[in-house]
This record gives sequence, C-alpha cells and structure tokens, in this order.
Amino acid sequence: MADERTAMNRAGTQAGVPVHWLVRPRTIRLLWIAFVAVLAATVAAGFLVDMHPHFEVERWPAFFAVFGFLACVAMVLGSKLLGMLLKREDTYYDR
Amino acid sequence: MTASAFLHPGLWLAAAGVAAFFLRGRARQALLLAAPLAALAFVWMIPEGLHGRWEFLGFDATLARVDRLSRLFATIFAIMAFAGALFAMRQASRLEVPAAFVYAGSAIGAALAGDLLTLFIFWELMAVGSTLVLWSAAGPKAFAASRRYVAVHLFGGMLLMAGIAGHVAGTGSIAFDAMLPDTVAKALILAGFLLNAGAPPVSAWLPDAYPEASWSGMVFLSAFTTKTAVYVLIRGFPGAEILVPVGLFMVFYGIVYAILENDMRRILAYSIVNQVGFMVTGVGIGTEMALNGAAAHAFTHIIYKALLLMSAGAVLMQTGKRKCTDLGGLFRTMPVTAACGIVGALAISSFPLTSGFVSKSMISQAAADGHLLAVWLALAAASAGVFLHAGIKFPWFVFFQKDSGLRPAEPPASMRAAMLLLAFLCIAMGVAPEPLYAMLPHPVSYVPYTGGHVVGMLQLLLFSGLAFFLLLPMLRRTLTITLDSDWLYRRAAPRLIAPLGAAIAAGRRAVVTPVLGALAGLANGAGRFGSPRGAFGATWTTRATVMLVLALMAGVLLFSYR
Repeated sequence: MADERTAMNRAGTQAGVPVHWLVRPRTIRLLWIAFVAVLAATVAAGFLVDMHPHFEVERWPAFFAVFGFLACVAMVLGSKLLGMLLKREDTYYDR
Repeated sequence: MTASAFLHPGLWLAAAGVAAFFLRGRARQALLLAAPLAALAFVWMIPEGLHGRWEFLGFDATLARVDRLSRLFATIFAIMAFAGALFAMRQASRLEVPAAFVYAGSAIGAALAGDLLTLFIFWELMAVGSTLVLWSAAGPKAFAASRRYVAVHLFGGMLLMAGIAGHVAGTGSIAFDAMLPDTVAKALILAGFLLNAGAPPVSAWLPDAYPEASWSGMVFLSAFTTKTAVYVLIRGFPGAEILVPVGLFMVFYGIVYAILENDMRRILAYSIVNQVGFMVTGVGIGTEMALNGAAAHAFTHIIYKALLLMSAGAVLMQTGKRKCTDLGGLFRTMPVTAACGIVGALAISSFPLTSGFVSKSMISQAAADGHLLAVWLALAAASAGVFLHAGIKFPWFVFFQKDSGLRPAEPPASMRAAMLLLAFLCIAMGVAPEPLYAMLPHPVSYVPYTGGHVVGMLQLLLFSGLAFFLLLPMLRRTLTITLDSDWLYRRAAPRLIAPLGAAIAAGRRAVVTPVLGALAGLANGAGRFGSPRGAFGATWTTRATVMLVLALMAGVLLFSYR
C-alpha cells in the first residue's frame, strides 16, 4: 500500500481517479491506530485472565506477544540467510 | 458381511468418476455432484467392523475396516470430493474431475483398507489418479512436473512394497495395526508413508508438482495424498518418536520456503508441508490427545487449505497470473474471493473462532501435557510462523499490497458457491467444535476456548502480524525460486550422468562399433553361405547329394573300423 500512498491527495484521488477508501492514507493511519490498540488490549488481557500455565515461561508477562514477535523476526532473518544461498532466478529450470 | 449390505464408498466414487468421463452435459454434472454425496452417505451407512473379505495369494484380506478413525478420514475425503467437483464445474478438461474422483475414491479406499495388501493397492491407485489430474492440466511444464511426480511416487510405492513384503515374510501377517519402526521392513513401510506426507528428504515433489495443476486441479491434489499419509501414520506408527523431529523439520521447512516464495500457489504448497508437519509431530507424541489433534487437524486442514487454493485458483483463472509480483489490489473487484481467502488464511493460522484453532491447539496441548517444553515452544513459534507465511502473506500479496492495475471479475457462481461452503465450514467448526470432536478416534475432554488460551493465541498471532508489517521491506517479493531437494534430480543427477553418458558414447565408438562391424561382416558372410545361391542354401542335385552321403559313410567306415 505504500506504493499507492505516493502522489495521492487528501481528497482520495490519484491523478483524478478516485482511490478506494481502504487504501487512502487516512484509512491506513486509522487501521494502524486500531491495530496498536488491539495489540495493547491483548497484552493487558494477559494480566486479567488465568493463563493456565503449563510451563514457567507462560507466567512471564506478555510471553506470547514477545515470543511470537521474536520468532517471526528470527524466521524472516533465517530465511533471508538461506535465500542468499539458495535463491535463483525463477527461470532457473527452464534453461 | 453380505455383499448386498456393503457398498464400498471409495470404489463407488472411482466408478462414478470413470462413468462421468463418458458422459456429457447435465448428466455429467449431476453425477459429479451426486456421487460424492452418495459416497458420504455410504461411509456413514456401513456399520463399524470388517467388510468385504477377499483372498489374495492365500492371505485373508479385508476391503474395508470401518472404525472411528477410518470413518473420519473417509468422511472428509468424500466432503472434499464434493466441494472440489462443485468448484470445478466450469473446468474445460473432461479428464480432470473424473481422474480426481478415482484419486479421491482410492484415498477413501486406503483409509478404509483393512490390511497392508489392500492399502497398497489403493495407495498405488491414488498415484495413478493424482498423476492423471496433473496430466489434464495442459502444457509442457505440467507434463514435465507430472513425470517427476510419478517417478517420486513410484519410488515411494517401491519402498512401501519392499517394506510390506519384508514384514509379511517376517511375520506371516498382512494385518495393518499400530507398530514401531524397529525392523528394516517396518522402517521401509514408514519411509513409504512419510514420502507421501511430504517429509524430508524428498518433500520437493509437492511444491514442484502441485502448482503446475490447473486452477481446480490443485484443490484436489492438496487434499488426499498427504492426508492419507497422515491417516496411515496415525494408524500404523502412533508414538514413533522419530516423527517428532521429522514433523518439526517439516513445519519450519514449510515456513522458510514459503517466506522466500513468489508464486502464490507454491506458497500454499509449502504451507501444506508445514501443516502436515504439525500432524506428523502429533503422531510422534502419540498420546490420545495428540492423535486426536492430528486427526482433527487433518480434517480441518483439508477444508481451509482447499478454500485457500480455491481463492488462489479463482485469481489464477480470472487473471492468468500466479506470481505475487504481478498481483495485488484485487480486493476491489474480487471481494468474495478475497473474503473467502481471508477466512481460509485465518483458519490456517488457527485464529480463535476458526476451525484451525480448535484442532491445532490439541497438538500443542498434548506437548504441554507431556512436559515437552522444547516441542511446545517450537510449535508455538511455528504457529506464529504460519500466520506470517500464509495467514497474512497470501491475502496481503494477492489481494492488497499494491494496485497491480488488474480489475478481474469475480469467478462464476459455482466457484463462489464452493468457496462460500468451505468458508462456512471453517467458521462453523471453529464456533461449534463439538460435532468434529464427537467424530475423533478417542474421547475428547479438551476445551479449546479458555480465556488464557484465547488471549495467548491472539497475542502470538497479532504480534506476528506486527512483525510482518514492520519487516515488510525484507519480505518484498522477487522473481526468484529457492532451490529445494528436487534440484538433486533435476540438475545434479543429470549433470553427473552427462559425463557418464559421454563416456559410454565414446566407449561405444571405440569398442562396440568395431566389434559390431566385425559381427555384421560375419553375419553377412554367413548369409552369403546360406543364401539360395550359397553353399548351404542352394538346392543340390541328386548326384551331388549321393556323392556327399557316400563320402560321409566312407569316412565313418574308415574311422570306426577296427
């Protein structure tokens, strides 16, 4: 969506063509605000409900939030590393 | 059991497929929609127990063993055949859906098979049916992929046959019950099963072949082969510890390769391996909770993965494009397809209120109950990774991302109906899991919706979503593929063999050609000798014959006279 945000005015048109409301910068900003609010709410809820911990780590505050985030960062970085070794042009086998 | 009360749902479905191949128009459509529903009814009409005894090489074989586990898998296979047939009503290929019915019917047959021999027969029929589904997608790339696919599966069938033969020779029994891979024969059986599950080291056949199928073909292909493998693992090797590391490898392999992938259907193909990895891990844990989780996850997975592939198939059909770099912004003109794709994406991510939440969490729970901290953490990380590689990545790059300028229309009504049906099932099973739990092989006391579980899952998934959008620059799609184990037989082996072939050709020129030349000369000479004008071939005169016989007799007299 970043690409669509370029050269778009506040009236929501781009070169005179109306832009779908979902990709207007205003909507995207609202979506981000809502998303961060939901993220905060899930962390807050972790302190309110009984997490039924099976393992010690589950008692740590916001364990799942931190673990999920870091796991994703690790997986993206790991696949980037593997990609350096194993990436080829997608016409590789056609040649 | 008498024949009158027993109609094999798998054989029925396969026969209906063959019959539909010869039909046209409405009769064909009616049969293709009615046959899977009838098969579903048969699955539930057959009482539990053994049916259809037959004899083979002196072994007492059983066509169908109906119990809770086999009925669960036969049920979902029949449902999937129906949904796939509905989705594929506009498929121009006359072969594809009939072949898919032979494939689905064989999968039902394999699920119901009462012994190893019967299982093997249906197992190989599945390979035939699925290869025909691939073949019906026109094009040289699909044909080449189908040739590699069939080669890999024939190899897997060989492993399985060798294992079964060794097992039967060793034990004298063709019974198919829970075992452990403690002999070479049983290890071979396990290897044959795992090959079809997409396990390492030969998982590349799946993302190599499936995405070359037609827009509807891959929907069928995603459902049966890998999930039949999950079924036979649950039946044959529950609690085999090797399956835990194998399953976890598959889980992360699928995530990493899907993150790097650009083709939308190859993303979903890698995520099949990822999801089957969860099930294989569950089988390896082997408790009742884990096996229930593996079976339930296979059931829900077939539906949401088919839904994802239907939405990708609809995009492929309407745009002719399959690369993320070419797609984007399609939500504007394909809102139903996008919404159904998002439901499938939420379900595969096991979002609360979707089917994946109530099934996958049983496997994690089993790991927690067994105090397997490392396995539990790996499964949690993998759940986050599923949201990353399939849950957000697929809908984001296909339907949002950038405005590709494409404005495709929604697909035809039959395709929308199939997607809406499966989207409904994904949510219905997530909201009310009791009917699914009631079908599972072991009694279920698991409660998925506890405050702690819902909050924990939401934290895990939503913060994965945050990671996705923050790392988006690193996830930008490029026109690349990532080398996989199929490189070994697509590049390395041919290159290794090329010098060998050159050496053979040189050897032939140096040795074989002169020898053959000499032999040809000899043959020529012999030919001249025996031709009608040659010494042996020509007709002799009576006088010459008599003279020769006389000479021979004289010789005999001369040498034998004493």
